Formats: sequence, C-alpha cells, structure tokens
Amino acid sequence: MRGILAASLLGLSLTVSGLAQAEPVKIGVITTLSGGGAGLGVDMRDAFTLAMKQSGNTDVELIVEDDAQKPELAVQIAEKMIQSDKVDLMTGIIWSNLAMAVVPNTVAQDVIYLSPNAGPSALAGANCNKNYFNVAYQNDNFHEAMGQYANKDYKKTFILAPNYPAGKDSLTGFKRYYKGELAGELYTQVGQTDYAAEIAQIRASGADSVFFFLPGGMGIAFMKQYAQSGVGIPVLGPSFSFSQDVLPAIGDAALGVKNSASWSHDLDNEANKKFVEAFQAEYKRLPSIYAAQSWDTANLILSAMSKASVKDKDAFRAALKAADFQSVRGEFTFNTNNHPIQNIYVREVVKEGDVLTNKIIGTAFEKHGDAYAEQCKM
Amino acid sequence: MSAALLIEQLLNGLQLGVMLFLIAAGLTLIFGVMGLINLAHGSLYMIGAFACAAVAAATGSFWIGLAASLAAAAAAGALMEVVIVRRLYERDHLDQVLATFALILILSEGTRWIFGSFPLYLDIPPLLQGAVPLPGGGQYQLYRLAIIGVGIVVAIGLYLLISRTRLGMRIRAGETDREMIAALGVDIRTLYTVVFALGAALAGLAGAMVGALQSVQVGMGEPALILAFVVIVIGGIGSIKGALVGAVLVGIVDTMGRFLLPKLLALALPASQANMVGAALASMLIYIVMAMILAFKPRGLFAGHG
Repeated sequence: MRGILAASLLGLSLTVSGLAQAEPVKIGVITTLSGGGAGLGVDMRDAFTLAMKQSGNTDVELIVEDDAQKPELAVQIAEKMIQSDKVDLMTGIIWSNLAMAVVPNTVAQDVIYLSPNAGPSALAGANCNKNYFNVAYQNDNFHEAMGQYANKDYKKTFILAPNYPAGKDSLTGFKRYYKGELAGELYTQVGQTDYAAEIAQIRASGADSVFFFLPGGMGIAFMKQYAQSGVGIPVLGPSFSFSQDVLPAIGDAALGVKNSASWSHDLDNEANKKFVEAFQAEYKRLPSIYAAQSWDTANLILSAMSKASVKDKDAFRAALKAADFQSVRGEFTFNTNNHPIQNIYVREVVKEGDVLTNKIIGTAFEKHGDAYAEQCKM
Repeated sequence: MSAALLIEQLLNGLQLGVMLFLIAAGLTLIFGVMGLINLAHGSLYMIGAFACAAVAAATGSFWIGLAASLAAAAAAGALMEVVIVRRLYERDHLDQVLATFALILILSEGTRWIFGSFPLYLDIPPLLQGAVPLPGGGQYQLYRLAIIGVGIVVAIGLYLLISRTRLGMRIRAGETDREMIAALGVDIRTLYTVVFALGAALAGLAGAMVGALQSVQVGMGEPALILAFVVIVIGGIGSIKGALVGAVLVGIVDTMGRFLLPKLLALALPASQANMVGAALASMLIYIVMAMILAFKPRGLFAGHG
C-alpha cells in the first residue's frame, strides 16, 4: 500500500519547466487508504493528486502513505517522511486522533502541516502554531451551525457523538449555539456498529429532534438502524454522515435530512464547477467534502509556491496565510490562528435522478471563524 | 425509566448476544475440533456480508443474497481450509496466528480490489420491516426479533447435529482424540473441511444479517472477531454451550452497561461528565467481566476437553 507518486512524471511538458526557477517541493501525504475509513482517505488522495496533475506543475513530488487509521502508524510514517524523505510540507490526515498524534511533533520540527480535514480544538487555541494551517474547518464549526439551525424549529434535542476528541468538540460546538433544552446527551464508542441501545433511549426521551455526529461507517449503521426503528423524529447532523462517500450505503433513509457543511457540489462558483466536472470526469463519481477540502489544500500550496520558495519558510508561510487561491467554497480567508473564516451552509439530502446527494437550502453562518482563535498567541 | 425501555434494552442485549453466538460458534468449533486459532474468521463474516449485499443489489432480493452469503462463506471457508489452513494443524499456535493474520490482510485488500473502498448498501427485506408491540407499551423491531429467532434455531440445530448425528459423533470424537479417530478409519481430512465450512457458513450468515443493520465495508470483521474471542474465552474454548452462554452474557452486559452506567454515574457527577465517564467505563465493561470470570474459572465457564 505504499506508493511513491512522482507528480513530475504526470506533467509531460518539459517546455514549461524552463520558465520558473522554482525549487522542487516534496509533499508528504499521510491518509487512510485501508480499513473501514478508507473511503474518506481515497477521496482526499484522489482530489489532491488530480489538482496537482491539472496544474501541470512539474516541481512537486508527492509521497503518499497509508496510516490505516492507526495513530501509532501515522506517527511512524511522519517520522520517516521528516527524517529520511526530508519532506517540505505534510498533509492528508483525516481523523482528529491521528492529527493529535502527528501534528504537534511535526510542526515542532519546523515542517509545515496543512490539514485537509481534522481540526481538533486543542490545536486551534493556546497550542496553535505558525507551521500548522487548517484548510478545512475547526472541528466545532459544522456542529455550531447545526446548533444555530436547530434553534429555529426545535426545543428538545437529543445529542450523541463518539467518545474521542472530535466527538467532544462536536457536542461542545452544538451546545455553544443551541438555546433549547437537551433531551439527552450520549457518548458512544469509536467504531461502534450497533446503536439499538441508544435508539431505544432516544425513543424514550421525548425528544423533538436528534443531532448526531458519527463519521464513516458509524453514521451508516446509525442512520439505517434509526430509520428501521421507526422512531421518526427529525435528524440533524454535520455533513460527515451525509457526505457523498456514505450516502449510497445509507440509501433512501437519508432523504430529507438537514446537514451542515462549508461546501456542496452545487455551490455556485467558477472554481467549484471546474472541480466537480474534473473530478467526475476523472473518477466517474461525485466528489465528497473530503475531496473538496483536499482540492483546496492542493491549490493553496500551489498558490504559495508561485509566490515564494518553500526553502524560505517565513516567506512561504506568509504566502500560505494570504490564501490567494480560488477556493471551491467561495470566499476563504485565514483567521489569526491559521484556521478558516468561511460560510457554513445548511444542506438537504435529495435525489438527483437515482443518485443521492446534497443541495444547499440556506446559510447558517457567514464568514464564520472559531471560538478558540482568541486564545492563540502567534 | 419505564419497564418497556428495560425490556427493549434486554432484547437488544439478547440480539447482540445471538449475533455474537453465530460468529463465536464457528470459532470455538474449529478450535475444539482442529485445535486451530483462526484469526481470519472475521473475514468470513465480511465475505458473507459482501456476498449478500452484492447479490441482493443484483437480484433485488435479500433472501437470494442471504443464500448467497451462506454459500460464499462456506465455499471461501472450504477453500481456505484445503489450500492453507490444512498445513497449519500440526504447527504451534504462533504459526497459526501469523498465517491467519496474513489471511485477514489478503482477504481485506482482495475485497477492496473487487468492491472498492466505499461501503455497500444492504437493507432489511420488506417482509421483516416494521415493529411488534411489547408488553408495557413499547415496540420492538421485527428484524431484530427475527435475528434472535435465527440464533435460537441455529443453537438448537447445532445441539442436535452434535449430539444426534453421525457427523456430530465424529466431531465429538475429533475433539476428544484426534489420532484415535483417524486410526479408526474416519476420513479426518474431509471431516475437518466440513467443520471449517460449517463454521464459515455461520459467520457468513451473521455477516449478512448484520450487514442489513450496519455498513457493509472492508474491515467490518475485526471488531466482531475481538468480541467473539471474548465470548469463547468466557464460555470456555471449544465448548458450543459455553459460546452460547458467553455470547448472551457479553451481549447483555455490553448493552446494559452502555444504557445504565451513565445513568448511575449521573447520580454522583454532573450530567455531561457522567456521560463521558460512563461511556468510557461501558466500553471496558465486558473485559472487566471477562477478567473476573477468568479469575474464578481460569478455563472459562464450560471448559471443554483439550
């Protein structure tokens, strides 16, 4: 499962390379390509390599490795990439617990890390770092948006999430904006596949709505069992359990569910149209939000490369922070803690033809930052 | 907390236990008869789920998918036994663990090659959708009741097979004295393949039934395998009766722990903290129970021969 993808081989044109005197940039990509979470990592990797390929930039070398969703393995790969491959930049990690294991040690060694997905709160506040850029979101963001959205219709929400850093950030984020009463609050096990016990409690709680954050296979299991149980109370969630990688497996049970995200494939801007078209043409499937964030990460890197040499760290960091690229999410800037300021939308799961997908139905927040930026002294 | 909720949770525990029994029965049978630790048993469970999802998607019928899952898992099991596992009986447990661990990796990546990295769709059949009323005003999902029913039928079937049939007699003889039964002229090689395929088919059946409840994806077998090992260690390795008792015990302890521990802790702690600590404790509970049982009965509740 280890592969060295030299992007330089992909760009065939030798003619262009004479123009810029750019240093070659080595990028280490650690992501989940095997095991239950592989769908997310595959989308991440595919979008990233496609963006690099489309740019025609021949000065990028990608080193892609599989972390199998195991923190200890991710740490080993990161050490290897820093010590022996001597990468200039690192990116790719999907899961917050893996990011917590890898990022602090990586940025301490003056390697720049760009997160295409995970945004644990512990890295956004007092422990922020000039070498850590989060191109996706701070973990709380989408959940905050759902808390805000729930205020409109619901007074008594039952909330649940897995017992790990992103799960705790999730419920914290939801509660930060939600004004109603909680019918119940539950932490489930990471990787749990049977939710009968939790669903029985939801039924008995008298809740008027359910908010849950269960990424990957956990969300598929929960949604199917929830639909089968016939509880029937409206479901809310962040986009992770309703993104393009899992919708086909949930099936019609997901129809009509409202979920929050910074991106959707129908978001109306030039960069996004180009991205969705290119991704579909190359891989014959709709991109997920993981692919969108990863596409943005690649384009952010490319924009910085055109402005500064990666060997001049200060200049390169400044070029990254300027975020001078066409984001598929529309307007995108970095906050003081190197986390995004962006719009968060509410989407609804719909059927286009016989493909389940999301459609934007509203905006929960405009130019939304995160709650931890103030604590960041950079 | 109402009586209906309590009954519902007990049924949930029983259903989880029955599911675990289907996986653990094959695992313990294979260990009891052949003395083999088969880590790849979870992969057979995964094969059952994928076969059911793929065939159900192609034919539109869950029932044909279910039959396909039994056939596919049994065939995969038989093939595995003849090609690889057969060479491992005479070797020590470390070699068996290494070889069958390699099989997990091969089967997982092989499945990914064929079906891709994204989870497949499988839903419960229309016949079993809906719920039945419970005493006390609650409801219980029909499909989960059906799983409990299947588990009970399999448990009775296995009991009859082992205690009443010629095949069962040979299995028991194989458990007691492998060399002697071979010396008496029983075709032990075929017997082993049949037992292996039977265990595999049960795991495949479990995979197909669970596949309709959760996501059918690569790597789904390993968490189930770990629980199945807990079950057979509690029940006594090699004992089918032990597997049944152990499975129901693990299912009920796990479900009730998840349900009741946060509520108990909430009496002493603030709600948010009680939920977090309760969830963490609940995830450890079955291992604590296993440790306690092993402290008093080091060979499990119903230690077999061997």
